Amino acid sequence: MALSFRSTPRKIWHTISAVKTGVVLILLAVVFSAAGTVILQRPMTDPEEMQRAYSPRMLHILDAAGLTDVFHTRWFIALMVLVSLSIIAASIDRFPNSWRFFARPYKSADENFLRVLPSYAKIPVPDEERGLMAAERAFRKLGWKAERIVRSNSFSLFVERHRISEMAVYVVHASLLLIFLGGIVDAVYGWRGFLMLTQGQQSNSVALREGATRNLPFAVRCDAAGEETYTDGSPKRWWSKLVVLQNGREAQRKEISVNDPLVYGGLRFYQASYGSTGKLAQLTLTATPSNGTVGARDINLALGQTMALDSETSVQLAEFIPDYIVVDGHVYTRTSDVANPAVHLVVTSPNAKAKTNSSVSVWLPEIPGLGENQQSPYNFEAKDLKIGYFTGLQVAYEPGQWTVWAGVILMGIGLTFVFYVVHSRFWVVPVRDGLGGVTLWVGGSANRNRDAFEQRFQKVVEKIKEELHAELQTRPRRTEATFAGK
Amino acid sequence: MARAKTEQQPATGATLISMVGLSVAFLLFMAFLNVVKQGNILSEANLLFAALIFYAGAGALYLGFGVTGTESYVKFASLATWAGLLANTGAVVHRWYQAGHPPFASVYEMLLSFVWTLAALTLIAEKRYGVKVIGTVTMPIAIVGVVLMQLLRTDVKPLVPALQSTWLHVHVTLAMLAYAACALSFALAMMFLIQDRVKTETFLAATSLFAVGIYAAILTRFENWGGLSVTAWDAQEKSEMFLSRGVRLFVTIPDLGWLMLIVLVAVAAPFALYVIARIKKNDAFIVTANRALFVSILLQALALIFFFLRAQNGSYSSLDAEGLYATNLAASPFILSGLIGGIFASLLYLLLLWRRPDLERLLPDADTLDRITYKTIGIAFPLLTLMIAAGAYWANRTWGSYWNWDPKETWAAITWLVYAGYLHMRITRGWRGRRAAYFAILGFAIVMFTFFGVTYLLPGLHSYA
Repeated sequence: MALSFRSTPRKIWHTISAVKTGVVLILLAVVFSAAGTVILQRPMTDPEEMQRAYSPRMLHILDAAGLTDVFHTRWFIALMVLVSLSIIAASIDRFPNSWRFFARPYKSADENFLRVLPSYAKIPVPDEERGLMAAERAFRKLGWKAERIVRSNSFSLFVERHRISEMAVYVVHASLLLIFLGGIVDAVYGWRGFLMLTQGQQSNSVALREGATRNLPFAVRCDAAGEETYTDGSPKRWWSKLVVLQNGREAQRKEISVNDPLVYGGLRFYQASYGSTGKLAQLTLTATPSNGTVGARDINLALGQTMALDSETSVQLAEFIPDYIVVDGHVYTRTSDVANPAVHLVVTSPNAKAKTNSSVSVWLPEIPGLGENQQSPYNFEAKDLKIGYFTGLQVAYEPGQWTVWAGVILMGIGLTFVFYVVHSRFWVVPVRDGLGGVTLWVGGSANRNRDAFEQRFQKVVEKIKEELHAELQTRPRRTEATFAGK
Repeated sequence: MARAKTEQQPATGATLISMVGLSVAFLLFMAFLNVVKQGNILSEANLLFAALIFYAGAGALYLGFGVTGTESYVKFASLATWAGLLANTGAVVHRWYQAGHPPFASVYEMLLSFVWTLAALTLIAEKRYGVKVIGTVTMPIAIVGVVLMQLLRTDVKPLVPALQSTWLHVHVTLAMLAYAACALSFALAMMFLIQDRVKTETFLAATSLFAVGIYAAILTRFENWGGLSVTAWDAQEKSEMFLSRGVRLFVTIPDLGWLMLIVLVAVAAPFALYVIARIKKNDAFIVTANRALFVSILLQALALIFFFLRAQNGSYSSLDAEGLYATNLAASPFILSGLIGGIFASLLYLLLLWRRPDLERLLPDADTLDRITYKTIGIAFPLLTLMIAAGAYWANRTWGSYWNWDPKETWAAITWLVYAGYLHMRITRGWRGRRAAYFAILGFAIVMFTFFGVTYLLPGLHSYA
């Protein structure tokens, strides 16, 4: 009984750390993600459209299962956590072995080990010492550093390169965990919203995606915004001049455009859209007195603004209709496009008979039956019309994003090592046969890209043979002690 | 018998080469006459046309090589591919210069780059790895790509603000390279299966299922009275018509839906017969299934012709708006490539059915193919990773979020996960050979879905790509 208690956690551990579990979890993640792209998702799709697409019962089931917002449901996050756990467990489970392999490389080989290697060759040599010296020189000339392994009764050579490659897979796993961590931090603490500003307006309340608003500890003012277009009229660039106001004082100023956000206090403000509000920003009028006593003058009016024309008469801009239509003696707004604009002015002047001020309505352009343009003491002519524009700012708070980017960079490095950096090893062991002859056994192994390694191995063997040949021709015989003594 | 065959081959070889050479020369001459009339030789359209002619010549020669195994074809085929690639490069450079940005912004520009990459990879695979027969598969794809380009818009369209980013170009370049590497791994995995003695009828079943998938996808646009919905086309603007932002206007071509349904049944028939043959253990059904596939090719060709006739410059009514709206082949690039892809896959099956021993002789051995497949995935996977990372970085700069779970993003992640699964199974579990090949094929199927299916079937932010 006690044994089964002890083995249960071990069983769980084995299950979690198994590659099979990891692959099954990944498959589950794949299936649910795919479902999330096929089934309409909640915040992005209008509720009405959801109702049109699915029957009420179906919608109820989908909602209950969280399938209408797959990527934000608890169980999807739980699945992600399980995937992370599986990666961690699998890495921990395999790490000690790899570490041993990495920290204590197998340097001193014998012929039995070499025999099972995919690449090995035998080179007959006159004696151990000269054979090993030749091999050492061959490696040096090929740019590899050979290590002399001295054991009580034998000498051999060990050459290796890029041992770090064995650890690369853990770098990739760690990087994936970093990305997950950043993603989870952003999912929990991050938020996104939208801020719409007109020119000159300032605000600190951001409309969140979920419909709520969020107040920032500072305000953002838009000083100017604009659009550059191509010759065919399609938008080329949108920009806004933004000012951050902290406690009423200017803290930062930047002209942002699409792909170039403003960053303040960990928040990012992105240029997301730009367009006409359909509302008047400024109207320029030429006012000419009807009786011709004073000359014409230009005035600028904003909506609702009143301006004195002379000591007694004043004019107010009462209404602006971007696209007007007259039906049954009433003026209606047809669309919010500034296509067919009309303005309603109210001119107030003293009335001699009533001893009070009287107002007349002036419509530009003149609308028969509505405007009292003839009775106005001034004639007006519209000269220029400035429409208000809004700039749409996407606001994002993503505290985890730097973790994500760190993970991405780490993953790039890790994958480069995993796929393109090869841990290759060579062993050179002199073996005596029963008849007193010596053969140099050269063995090699690589953890990937075996084809290329095989070619390299052949080159090494050729080079050793070449060096051996040179050695035999130029140098006299030496004793084994020379090699051992060094 | 064998000797007679080897003696015959040089003769047929010369015939095909001279025929292809003559037709290429003839077409170039005709094109030249046309150019003289216009007075502008190095325009993009002319360069593309030249590329098409050369690719077509190369395709015919590669196909000839695939069928007869005459070595001399390959030399001329790769020469023609070089010429086509040169013209294609000219078109890419011209476009890049004219637009002021790398050609990745629209479907047309992406096709331009994709065909270029495909031709370059074909030459690399041939010269570097000795996979000579690969042009048989890639060149027809290149030809279809260039033909599609002729139908799609050619004028430079200015980039909307969100697309003006170096990161976009990095993202799309990486995507193209990654997808091309995935395509190559798929082709190699298929060749592996041929060399691994997978039965010919298994390929029959797979071909049939592939075609069923295509027609099933097309029939998602089936309207209840037998019509087929296609996107409306604005001939003046040379763009698809939109009801509102991001919502395309669909028009219904009457009766075309029924035809597609009939073809669906026809392409499903070989698979059904294959299943019957397996259950009854009677190979006579396989013979029938092969005949059924042959019939299905004819019907598929019929569907293509009818689609071509009905969708090219017709006006049809719409379910969503009143009045008649025009459509054009250019408005339905995915249906068109699906139809052509189905026919193409079936023809490749016929090649296998009739010339399997020759193919087996020409292809590298199974072990080599298995290793190269793994190697190409070893290239594709880091590229996929970087592609997703660059896309996330770009999205973060543009929309203020590096990950939106938009369908394209999600499917890119799924692709990545599937290839990650492949690598794990291969490295830690020692999956080799057939299982690994099936996995590579699955991976490419998902790549294709991410590339075409998501754009065609699922809505999202990536509406311009």
